[in-house]
Amino acid sequence: MLKIRHLTRPGLEPVDLELAEGQCTALSGPSGAGKSILMRAIADLDPNEGEVSLNGRSRESIPAPSWRRQVVYVPAEAGWWADRVGGHFPDPDIAAPLMMRLGLSAEALEWEVARLSTGEKQRLALTRALLASPQVLLLDEPTSGLDPDAAAKVETMLHERLADGAAIMLVTHDTKQAQRMASKHLRMEAGALTPLPGPGDVQGAG
Amino acid sequence: MNFIALSYWDIGLASLLLVFNAGLSWRLRLGLEKRLVVAGTRMVVQLTLVGLVLKALFAVTSPLFTGFAAVVMVLFAGREAMARQERRFEGFWSYGIGTGSMMAAGTIVTVFALTTQIHADPWYDPRFTIPILGMILGNTMNGVSLGLDRLVSGAHQQRPAIEAQLMLGAEAPEAMRGIIRDAMRAALIPTINSMSATGLVALPGMMTGQILAGVEPVEAVKYQILIMFLIGGGTGLGSFAAVLSGARRLTDSRHRLRLDRLTAKTDS
Repeated sequence: MLKIRHLTRPGLEPVDLELAEGQCTALSGPSGAGKSILMRAIADLDPNEGEVSLNGRSRESIPAPSWRRQVVYVPAEAGWWADRVGGHFPDPDIAAPLMMRLGLSAEALEWEVARLSTGEKQRLALTRALLASPQVLLLDEPTSGLDPDAAAKVETMLHERLADGAAIMLVTHDTKQAQRMASKHLRMEAGALTPLPGPGDVQGAG
Repeated sequence: MNFIALSYWDIGLASLLLVFNAGLSWRLRLGLEKRLVVAGTRMVVQLTLVGLVLKALFAVTSPLFTGFAAVVMVLFAGREAMARQERRFEGFWSYGIGTGSMMAAGTIVTVFALTTQIHADPWYDPRFTIPILGMILGNTMNGVSLGLDRLVSGAHQQRPAIEAQLMLGAEAPEAMRGIIRDAMRAALIPTINSMSATGLVALPGMMTGQILAGVEPVEAVKYQILIMFLIGGGTGLGSFAAVLSGARRLTDSRHRLRLDRLTAKTDS
């Protein structure tokens, strides 16, 4: 589905990678190793070189905004451009059911962004990204600020997306989560990507 | 017109006020006396030179020399606007965006005024061109530098918010709309404020000058109103051009936010 060849930019060694339909790829590695740089490069948020294509169509042939609607990146700390939560959702009626499934109340749409907790922000940012039904999700620690119950809701939702044919790249420091979610495990260190042994043998990834 | 010509003696007498200030600074150890004297001397030298240049320019009334003087003024204004930026665009752009915008706005508004309202003959008569351009540039420069400064600092501070929109598929102009609006507001508010307060709080310098030179107050006021409109127009046009060009330079054809095109913060 998503093919990456020799993707590079300062801080990132050339990356060759394929994200398949319905497959989740877990990415681990220390802070500053370049995980976010890689995801930003795939979403084309920084100048980068290399070939990236989605379903055989090269990224260059697709206008950047529509590329990012199909290959959406959700950073660990999302940005907010309106004062109220509702201002970030074009159609609150569609957002509300999704929010409730992630354990948020529909009233949250009326709240001010400033009073949200980290976990609420993370789930709202994910809701915002999922609404466009992207084909590829690049998720940077989507459950790091969540309690186990909320994290499980997020995982269930992501499993559904995988079943619908989406591809997910998941940055996580939680080895167990990586095992639950991903069929492919990668590690990034000093800007270079290395494959890790298959599921069930991932403990050493720490 | 019954204006009173000043002798050099009169000017020297007035300069005693500055000398008094310098003495006060020395006595109170404010450490400003040297700067006061240097600034005062610079003012005298610069204005005297300008007086001589204007005298020569008026004597020849050449479109070439007038144009040259106008270009020099714009270049100085561009340098000044750039110097006031905390963060700048890299390379030529830091100078080019402000200067280009002021050049365009200054030319359009000055030529418009000279050809349709003031009816100077010839239209490029330096006696009208240079003072009008000077007043427009002085104010446009403020607008442009305030607008660009706010745009660039806004892009820095609101990077997460701008990129959050880009990540969800917004186009760059849409994601930048908020900071463009803030920058335009910052650029235009001083002009709006000065229009509101003029005449009540302070009498504008140009009008005062005309009255001192013997012009009827009503005529001087008419000129002042005209100039205020020209200043408002020039500031609006120049700031708009600078802010939009700056916003364009801060993004690229792939709708990315390009803060890498800015230099680090300067200390001043």
